[in-house]
Amino acid sequence: MSPEAEAPGSTATEEAATEEAAPPSPRHGEIVEALRSALGEGFLQHHYSAREAWVRVAPDSWRQAAKVCREQLGLSYLDFISGIDWKQAPDLGAEKRWDPDAEPGVDPDDGPGRWVTGVAGGETRFQVFARLEDVDRHVGITLKADAGDGPSGPDRSSAPRAESWVPLFRGADWHERETWEMYGIEFDGHPGLRHLYLPGEFEGFPLRKDFPLLAREVKPWPGLVNVEGLPGEEAEAEGESAEGAEP
Amino acid sequence: MTVTEYQKAAYVAGQAADARINFEIEAEGMTLNMGPQHPATHGTLRVVVRLDGEQVVWADPIPGYMHRGYEKLCEVRDYAQVTTLINRIDWLGSFCNEVPFILAAEELMGIEAPPRAQYIRTVLFEMGRIANLTLFLGDMAAQIGALTPVFYAFRDREYVLNLIEAATGGRFHPNFDRIGGLKDDLPKGWIDETRLVMRRIRHFCDEIDDLIIGNRIFEDRCRGIGVIPRDIALEYGISGPNARASGIDWDLRRDEDSPLAWKHCDWKVWTHPDGDSFARYWVRQQEVREATRIVEQLLDGLPAGPIRAKTPARIRVPKGETWIHTENPLGEMGYYVISDGSPGGPFRCKIRTPSFSNVSIVPWLLRGVFVPDVITILASLYFILGDIDR
Repeated sequence: MSPEAEAPGSTATEEAATEEAAPPSPRHGEIVEALRSALGEGFLQHHYSAREAWVRVAPDSWRQAAKVCREQLGLSYLDFISGIDWKQAPDLGAEKRWDPDAEPGVDPDDGPGRWVTGVAGGETRFQVFARLEDVDRHVGITLKADAGDGPSGPDRSSAPRAESWVPLFRGADWHERETWEMYGIEFDGHPGLRHLYLPGEFEGFPLRKDFPLLAREVKPWPGLVNVEGLPGEEAEAEGESAEGAEP
Repeated sequence: MTVTEYQKAAYVAGQAADARINFEIEAEGMTLNMGPQHPATHGTLRVVVRLDGEQVVWADPIPGYMHRGYEKLCEVRDYAQVTTLINRIDWLGSFCNEVPFILAAEELMGIEAPPRAQYIRTVLFEMGRIANLTLFLGDMAAQIGALTPVFYAFRDREYVLNLIEAATGGRFHPNFDRIGGLKDDLPKGWIDETRLVMRRIRHFCDEIDDLIIGNRIFEDRCRGIGVIPRDIALEYGISGPNARASGIDWDLRRDEDSPLAWKHCDWKVWTHPDGDSFARYWVRQQEVREATRIVEQLLDGLPAGPIRAKTPARIRVPKGETWIHTENPLGEMGYYVISDGSPGGPFRCKIRTPSFSNVSIVPWLLRGVFVPDVITILASLYFILGDIDR
């Protein structure tokens, strides 16, 4: 595809079109259909790209989905488990900056139903996602589930939560500890969520979008200095990539 | 003097109590902190092991002494800047870290690099693998007590690093891969030089055969130590040579449809059924040999043409999500990149590193082993601290 074809703004329609795309391989389609029949109501949405399949399941089907994948579909290799925070990041270098005095969680753009989530949809600010792979048939899928809106209080009761996969995959232990540490997502049924990387007394959840990165607070991002106003300047683009020979 | 029944019972109870106390003292054991500054640690991984005599009762690895927060930093840099960061993940095979991220960005943008760039990428990828794994071949022997191989390894790895430097400008952190292609073409004379060095690396593997493989001391220390069964390996997400040493025939170079040039080569994926420390060593030795063959074949078939596709001056990655993983020297490395279409960097970049999963098995694997075997097992799992901590 030529770079001209991907002007900003055309991506939304493209994404809607690929919603009905064919699975990247017949095996991906089989897995998604098997999950749909096994989970019933718990199966919410799916999505295919050219090489990957996504399935979003209901939060209370999160462990069940992994169980089906592992025991019936042969997806026995645990790739990773992690989280996503869909809150809009402060646009560094532009007008919207982190305001140190602002009350956390009172951004007027926030709130249920306002989160712009990615492929396979989603309704809450936090999502857990994980990837399982079949090492014999060489297919894998990404599972997603909504985890809640947070923010987590000191009693951990209002925290985003998900079901733990540790009863199914022993290796889920570290992945879930990391996700809890970075996002504050609680995993029900995990044997002991404690810090993995950070010191035990660390406060806050660093990968949340409202956790300020002090270096960027002090010094604005220099990366945007001399590249303002790109769209439409093909002449500049030619000059920049002159060494790349013409096709 | 007669002994009453009561006295007998009291005596027995006292003996039992003594025995219990003795048992408790015995089981009290000892806690050994291996690291972060223990001489036998690997990088700065700290492993707390609880010992009962010479045997490990439980072990708890504590990573994080080198946590740099790359997933957060990726969110405040643009795509071209991220490669500088991710060079520092697995610093022995740095170029291999850049490739999957660049492939992910290219897939989101719908760009594909020209064939020559894909070939050179694959050549440098495999040279990163050689630089990484030759060090392992020497280093594991050194941890077990054989010091000669580590000098051989550093000697021959130096030739590979010199070549990487000649091509990219950086010995350790090339930062050479660009969205749409490569920074530069190969320098003059590089290809002939590389062929010589590949022969030299194969010679190094033969030397390892003579020195280590079949060596009685080495085999006694490694055979049957730290056995990882296949299903446990899958549960923990063990990948790469560690998985292949447990009989899992899975190599993303062969099994994943990738734009890189492995599909044009004739080579073999080696597996070993044993799953012990020796198998992990042996599989890596074969992988170095195969990597030299891949490099030679790619240099033979190197196509002419441009090394960079036409890309806009300012990278703007459209909205989307993608997952790209490749077979890195340490195992499966993947980037889950979410772009929100803004001109900055990724909205979210989940970095899946092989060492993280490979080390998460340590509590399971160390239970019940003897103290010297802890060193063998940690050395044979072969992790890079930057790759665990990110």
